Amino acid sequence: MSASRRSPVIVEHLRKQQMWDALAKGKRLDGREFDDQRPLEIELDVIKKANGSARVKLGHSEVIAGIKVSTGEPFEGLENKGALIVSAEVLPIASPHAEPGPPDEEVIELARVVDRGVRESEMIDLEKLVLVPGKVVYTVFVDCSIVNTDGNLFDATSYAVVAALLSAKLPVLKMEGEKVVDTSETRDMPITTIPISITAARIGDHVLIDQGPEEEACMDARITITTNEEGFCAVQKGFTGSFTVEQLKKAAQSARVKGEEVRARLKELTAK
Amino acid sequence: MTQTRNLIDENGKRTDGRTADELREVKITVGTVRNADGSAFIEFGKNKIVAAVYGPREVHPKHMAQPDRCVLRCRYHMSPFSTDTRKNPAPSRREVEISKVMREALEPALMLEDYPRAAIDVYVEVLQSDGGSRCAGIAAASVALADAGINMRDLVSACAAGKVDEQIVLDINDTEDKEGGADMPVAYMPRLEQVTLLQLDGKLSQEQFNECLDKAISGCKIVYEIQKQALMQKYFGNETELKEEVAVQ
Repeated sequence: MSASRRSPVIVEHLRKQQMWDALAKGKRLDGREFDDQRPLEIELDVIKKANGSARVKLGHSEVIAGIKVSTGEPFEGLENKGALIVSAEVLPIASPHAEPGPPDEEVIELARVVDRGVRESEMIDLEKLVLVPGKVVYTVFVDCSIVNTDGNLFDATSYAVVAALLSAKLPVLKMEGEKVVDTSETRDMPITTIPISITAARIGDHVLIDQGPEEEACMDARITITTNEEGFCAVQKGFTGSFTVEQLKKAAQSARVKGEEVRARLKELTAK
Repeated sequence: MTQTRNLIDENGKRTDGRTADELREVKITVGTVRNADGSAFIEFGKNKIVAAVYGPREVHPKHMAQPDRCVLRCRYHMSPFSTDTRKNPAPSRREVEISKVMREALEPALMLEDYPRAAIDVYVEVLQSDGGSRCAGIAAASVALADAGINMRDLVSACAAGKVDEQIVLDINDTEDKEGGADMPVAYMPRLEQVTLLQLDGKLSQEQFNECLDKAISGCKIVYEIQKQALMQKYFGNETELKEEVAVQ
């Protein structure tokens, strides 16, 4: 059951007032413009045991995504497609508010929104991940460990997943009779497009992208918009507040512009 | 989601015979659950969903209580027999997510500050599912909350729009959801002109995105009228004068 809750991050009243005053003047407390992202660091292949991995730092939000490939049965209704499973965990080391245990609804939402971006953009050509149609397919597990929380986990996690997939090497598997045999060769993931999410927060009448932890504690509503080169692939409004139609259309537009910048960086990084 | 067959025929008719701008048949009955403080039963196409509200009431466990406002709790659940193949009754990740977005879609409409230290529980049970069950669930839950006499800023209405055969259509059904190009569920408070839920899966261009959002909102406005009518029907029966007043607004 989903229950309303408060942000565990506490922002003092005076600080809130400061933030609102700054926003009214078009400024943010950390000096950023409304459509500025915090510094983004992406490192590829950080885990050698994984088939692909990436470590992303967005501000001080830090996520490690690792890919493990195995084989299994296809999903029902998707018999001729490989299986893709994205999951996320906020590790107990990530913040004083994080606790060990099964993922709560916020983390489930996080993983599902990131999954939706990859899936709906058809970033991976899953039809190329089939060994025996309807019976044996590649199963791609993308597991995300959130190591440090500092606001906007949606984008940090999404970039980590996309970067890990871009850098991943797929083991080439073969069927010998009923058995799956690893040929110890690898090939690139069948990538078709690069989905990039941009998350914006509304505080009062202001909509700003990539909210930091204090902004996250003060926000009224949140919107995550995933785009690829051609257009939109996934959207998720989150948190308890609402948006006007104009705010949404504007956020959608800036998600495309900003998404293009991040996409260019990822392309440059993976081309090396 | 790669489309395999045409979902709109040469006459512009969809798989269930509707035009692009046509809503499925929507019927709402208020007060169907006797024990609940408020309830509503909605039939939205083939969806059959019952929503029940309990509260404001004491919060259990007590540490969940908030000193300055009410806690809203929401559960979206699908009955095992509601789908083509039996659904495991344990809450799936999808249901956990929908429970969350549903709560967040309803919360902006409620004056939770009027009921400090209390809880309001909203249960949405999908008895038979079709496409767009989260929208139908939100519409029913919002009527049930009004029926429970909770102070509200507006009713939350909900409707989806999507892309089928490269065309933007209103109120996606099950087949269109599975085989079509995009699905965008929207919840909207028509009086306050605020969007309280927006999701999208599937590809849309910038123009299609804007068109889809506008179309979904036009659907919400139709659902809004049906919601109001359903409440009027329960509380004022066939007093036509009042009904006309609503229609004028």
